[in-house]
Amino acid sequence: MAKVVFKVGDDVSTDAIYPGRYMATVLPTETPQYCFADHKEFNERLNKGEIEAGSVIVAGSNFGCGSSREQAASCLKGWGLVVVAKSIARIFLQNAVNLGLQTVICPEIEAEVGDELEIFPDKIVNKSTGKTFSVIPHAPARQAIIEAGGLIPYARKKLMQERGVAA
Amino acid sequence: MGATLAEKIFAKSVQRVSVKPGDVLEPNVGLAMSHENAALVINQFKEIFKDTGLELRVWDPSRIAIIFDHRVPAESAKTANNQKKIREFVAQQGITKFHEIRGDEGGICHQILPENGYVRPGMIVVGTDSHTTTHGALGAVAWGIGATEMAAVWALGRVLNVEVPPTIKIVIEGELPAMVAPKDIILYIIGKLTAQGGNFRVFEFHGSAVKNMSTSGRLVLSNMSVEAGATSGLFPPDEETLRYLREEAGVTDEIEMIAPDPDAEYEKTVTIDVSKLEPQVACPHTVDNVKPVSEVEGRKIDQIVIGSCTNGRLDDIAIAASILKGKKVARNTRMLVFPASGRIYRQALEAGYVKDLMDAGAVVMNSGCGCCLGVHQGALADGEVALSTTNRNFKGRMGNPNAEVYLCSPATAAVSALTGVITDPRKGAY
Repeated sequence: MAKVVFKVGDDVSTDAIYPGRYMATVLPTETPQYCFADHKEFNERLNKGEIEAGSVIVAGSNFGCGSSREQAASCLKGWGLVVVAKSIARIFLQNAVNLGLQTVICPEIEAEVGDELEIFPDKIVNKSTGKTFSVIPHAPARQAIIEAGGLIPYARKKLMQERGVAA
Repeated sequence: MGATLAEKIFAKSVQRVSVKPGDVLEPNVGLAMSHENAALVINQFKEIFKDTGLELRVWDPSRIAIIFDHRVPAESAKTANNQKKIREFVAQQGITKFHEIRGDEGGICHQILPENGYVRPGMIVVGTDSHTTTHGALGAVAWGIGATEMAAVWALGRVLNVEVPPTIKIVIEGELPAMVAPKDIILYIIGKLTAQGGNFRVFEFHGSAVKNMSTSGRLVLSNMSVEAGATSGLFPPDEETLRYLREEAGVTDEIEMIAPDPDAEYEKTVTIDVSKLEPQVACPHTVDNVKPVSEVEGRKIDQIVIGSCTNGRLDDIAIAASILKGKKVARNTRMLVFPASGRIYRQALEAGYVKDLMDAGAVVMNSGCGCCLGVHQGALADGEVALSTTNRNFKGRMGNPNAEVYLCSPATAAVSALTGVITDPRKGAY
């Protein structure tokens, strides 16, 4: 079971998820402190340790549009958050897949802060309302990276094969 | 069925006769570009090599470009340390297309690549910057990727697991009215298609307005294609592309004139007529919140910005200078100008534009991205409003979530600098 801890609307940009003024900070160990930095209340709850890993951010369509900054994915990943969105912008989605941030594309999702969700590969059940919503599975090209544990191990395996090193 | 330009280039990149939307490929990369976020790419690149026993080597140092532009000169010790780390990596790996913080060869990555002839028609170009779409103006499939994806490119020379996107054909017909610019066209298109209308799609631009458009203008359309969510925004190469590459970028070797098939299959076709287009303004806080200038005229502006990878080219500075020459920026309004490259800055000096702008009261800054994304100079105060020729107006974009950013063409920005309020450049207030 996963609790909805934050809800945002459509077209939430990576400037909102990880403001540009913190971009000189790149380490995944350091980026989480600035996650949604301009949404002060939520950011403070994260930094006080009040949000459990596995909690859900529910978003509208085109989540993560804008800049390709990978910090937007790494800061969410750092807190162990799960993104459930009606749709996700391409670069952010690829960054999330590459870094192992769990993202679920659920075009009809209806959920409010405080709701408990059960997330399955093909559907989400909102236990608080009893409603079920279907999930669009990730394309096979992205699923392969997810199953490898992210792009680093996926690319490492290819590199070793190509340069004739046993894995 | 024939192939779109992107499909042709993707097929070529994997030595296949044809590809179709949805195919999963590992395209070979012609050029891989990064800026200061190369500091993160380097970390991830080392992670890929970790415990493999392999020597840490990029696949081809001649195909990697690194340009310092986001925070130049460094605004903090942290940035300076990142830049130092990148310099050391560049030297160690023998990366040749490296552009330092210099007045002679430095500038914003999306201007440095075209003006140095690094991008050619038919190329696969990836960059750790969303506005890498810019290079579609020269007939390359060019898109933005994250740092980890770039690390894999540095290691393997290919982009892994790329799904070929369907193409939307955008036909732009008609002759642009006076004081209406390519920027107005792309803002209009983004408003029409919305910020997500091009997500997982490629744009291919056609039409009489495109045929007559300079490369400088085409770069604006490709640059902002990403604001409609597009993976890439392409122009089939033509006589103008050749002219630009030969005359402005100094290319002397063979140029491949790759073209879409006449019977290419597009997901859809969008046709617009620009012969009666009004100047457009993108209003806070999304780029697709686009209105004709007549609907927002009179809005008080605290800061005018002309510059960036979108509109910091010589023709942009020229029109601003022609409007401001012999006049004054309104009191209670500041005006910042940052040319897209050192080369453009020097050309603007030689043409007298810099003097005209400074005499009018504008501050002409060095070339860089800082002001556009709120990381280095030009930050806004609480409650302030900016009118800018840059590409994004998201909340917090110019360094302050309690400020507002409007986006427009260089002519609209320059005329509004004179009045201190959003002004229609066709009304001759100058």
